[in-house]
Amino acid sequence: MDNQIIFTIDGKECRAAAGTYIVEAARQNGVFIPTLCNMPGITPKGACRICTVRINGRLMTSCTTPVIAGMEIENNSPEIRELRKSIIELLFVSGNHFCPACEKSGDCELQALAYLFQMMVPRFPYQFPVKEIDASAPLIVKDQNRCILCKRCIRTIKDEQGRSYFAFESRGNKLEVVLDKEMAKTMIAETAELAMKNCPVGSILVKEKGFYQPIGTRKFDQQPIGSEISTH
Amino acid sequence: MSKQIIATTSLAGCFGCHMSLLDIDERILQLIELVEFNKSPVNDIKTFTKQVDIGIIEGGCCNSENVAVLKDFRKHCNLLVSVGECAIMGGLPAMRNGIPIGECLHEAYIGGITVQQNHEHIIPNDEELPMLLDKVYPCHEIVKIDYFLPGCPPRADLIWNALYALITNTPMDIPYEVIKFD
Repeated sequence: MDNQIIFTIDGKECRAAAGTYIVEAARQNGVFIPTLCNMPGITPKGACRICTVRINGRLMTSCTTPVIAGMEIENNSPEIRELRKSIIELLFVSGNHFCPACEKSGDCELQALAYLFQMMVPRFPYQFPVKEIDASAPLIVKDQNRCILCKRCIRTIKDEQGRSYFAFESRGNKLEVVLDKEMAKTMIAETAELAMKNCPVGSILVKEKGFYQPIGTRKFDQQPIGSEISTH
Repeated sequence: MSKQIIATTSLAGCFGCHMSLLDIDERILQLIELVEFNKSPVNDIKTFTKQVDIGIIEGGCCNSENVAVLKDFRKHCNLLVSVGECAIMGGLPAMRNGIPIGECLHEAYIGGITVQQNHEHIIPNDEELPMLLDKVYPCHEIVKIDYFLPGCPPRADLIWNALYALITNTPMDIPYEVIKFD
């Protein structure tokens, strides 16, 4: 237990190895910090900003900031909760998130965070952008309506040579995550399943796998997201 | 305490939210003690006969009649509550928002594979029919809405808790399980 340093989250004294990213250090100390673009085991990107915390007075993303001794982290204050809620609302209005018709509803992390923050309605006007659904691959449907550009699939779904099946295309408000059509032909079922699982929303779907889990037994039906880490 | 007056309507919705209101089971007897219904499909009163305390809106706005009814509700109701995904964000009808309205009508009445017996290729255009809007709008983008109850449909417990809190002017109980978007 060398290199253990002491820091605080919302006044609670915590310990972790020096250099651990805050989101991971918090998890080790039973504190849940919500994430969308980040997941355990991948290089953090700091894209979605949902894990924002206030450290020594400054707002920073906890997935990209290593913990240092004496850090005072503000995680569950009204201001931080409000900031995270507004990010969720912005994500909901910037895509086409039709929860009642979505195969991932109930298992969706974006939706679960909206439940957690009790989002009754987004405060921003709905954009209803025109997006395409690409169902040309043998195993996977890529629905651009639901994509939040977290890049999780690009970073985790790779073939044995380390090439990503997914990639960014275009720029600005036309930016999309697309599936490589040639590589998709050789994708195996396990990789497709993993891609669907790693997608925090319902943008990557395995064909013929929708709605297999009955309502009431899905991941976030009874328990809020992060319940395995801390009680909210 | 005098009874609160409630009005309800279904705009571009499927009446599922009204069904969910009926899902409050035996509490419906308690509801009848607490409130009186004015304009509503529940009692088939077609027009407002007085000022109403709480207006419950199901469904978004997809045509000119929806907009007229919604504005009428805003005028006659002290509080408006958007109930369900359609009222809140357009819901499933809003899936047409990315498709030009001409294409939608063509698919429905002329080009669709299930279209039969429309040999003259007529898209219904009687002036009695409400005009379709360019897209489906959430209710709060047309008029001011005071409260929102998400769900497809909103769970009966959520509707009951919200109505009870509004009627009795008490804080609302919101357990995790009752807020769902599907």
